[in-house]
Amino acid sequence: MAKTVVIVGGGVAGMTAASRLADLGEKVLLLEREEEIGGHLRNWDRLFPNRRPGSEVLHDLKETLGNRVEIRCNESPGEIHSLQSSFIVELESGEKITCDAVLMATGFDLFDARRKEEYGYGIYDNVITSADLERMLRSGSPVTTSAGKAPSRVGFVHCVGSRDEKAGNLYCSKVCCVTGVKQAIEIKEHLPGSEVFGFYMDLRMYDRHFEEMYYEAQQKWEINFLRGRVSECAENEDQSIVLKIEDTLTSRPLKMTVDLLVLLVGFVQKPETVRIAKLLGISIGEDRFLECLDEHTRFNYTGKPGIFVAGTSRGPLTIANTIADAGEAALQIHNYLKTLK
Amino acid sequence: MINFGYTAHKERLIDYDKNDKRVLEHLKKHEPSVLTCIACGSCTATCSAGQFVDFNIRLVQTLLRRGEIEPLKQEIRKCMLCGKCILVCPRGVNMRNLILAIQTAIDKLK
Repeated sequence: MAKTVVIVGGGVAGMTAASRLADLGEKVLLLEREEEIGGHLRNWDRLFPNRRPGSEVLHDLKETLGNRVEIRCNESPGEIHSLQSSFIVELESGEKITCDAVLMATGFDLFDARRKEEYGYGIYDNVITSADLERMLRSGSPVTTSAGKAPSRVGFVHCVGSRDEKAGNLYCSKVCCVTGVKQAIEIKEHLPGSEVFGFYMDLRMYDRHFEEMYYEAQQKWEINFLRGRVSECAENEDQSIVLKIEDTLTSRPLKMTVDLLVLLVGFVQKPETVRIAKLLGISIGEDRFLECLDEHTRFNYTGKPGIFVAGTSRGPLTIANTIADAGEAALQIHNYLKTLK
Repeated sequence: MINFGYTAHKERLIDYDKNDKRVLEHLKKHEPSVLTCIACGSCTATCSAGQFVDFNIRLVQTLLRRGEIEPLKQEIRKCMLCGKCILVCPRGVNMRNLILAIQTAIDKLK
């Protein structure tokens, strides 16, 4: 079976690239290992900075895609063999697909918060991750502690698993800062009487509207931002959480009880992507993200002709940036295919 | 009694759960601009009093936020109300009114 392009991963990057390649008249096969396409976007309630429902963006992406490309769910590549100027993608089902180019749109995993044992995720019931909170918000049910009560004080811990040598991740995950601000506002919307804290090292409000959201969080929603990295947490008898932090603005240690603690988990590379990268002989960085030829102008090219990369498999990106990245990848692939003819 | 030279040190820990937030509540009503402080330190750098005495006006908002009333009382006494800090603040915090409103709130506590 011959296809022009095989896209590995049906998340935001894969869906976008598939649409653009279809626009350009290319024959595409989109592989998604989960039961449906959409990637992590399926789990997000509302998106920063305008808090548009994630489902709406997913719907848009799916609608643009239409039925112009072949999509295979519950399917991922086992082996990929390089030939002269083509590839054979061997699916886990055993089927072999010949193609001219492969796009790695494999996305990311969330940092496993249990690895930061000092925060007690998976040990204390009232320590949750930003993804858990997103699920809670998406369900439409009220935000509660594990005992089903409305929390009167909620804390957000920034940079969980990011900017952390101990976690093996020196990089910044970029989106957690603004996610923390967004979710803090959402807590205040649900529970106006609650007190909300963000514990941060730096707040990296780098993109348009982010700083304004931070300002709104402080001014309108009275959210407190306390500079310092939470060093450890312990559980009280009533299952509330006592945390220790240096209040670096007063240079003094600080102790505080919260009813719910949200860990803002960052991006990590998927082990499966590393496996495929090794198989293909494309390089990975010290941060385990896929390397591209050039960060400025050839960011969708791997070192290997015919193998392209888009989206968060090459580093942390927002959804908007992923869409732009994948669109560019499609154009670059289209140009590459022309050189083969 | 023999003096062995031991003294009890003052607790350095900020115990947020126990601290008094009444002054902060007063400020939320009377000078809400304080909530937007990003602790950049512009105010402290330009402060007239801070050039000569141990006064950090940036710290005032932090102490207020943490409910550290005793050090807050000591700190605001050092302000000369010149208002230079207001000119440099990137978030438009009205520091002069902040100091005065803190004093009013503290007086009310008595």
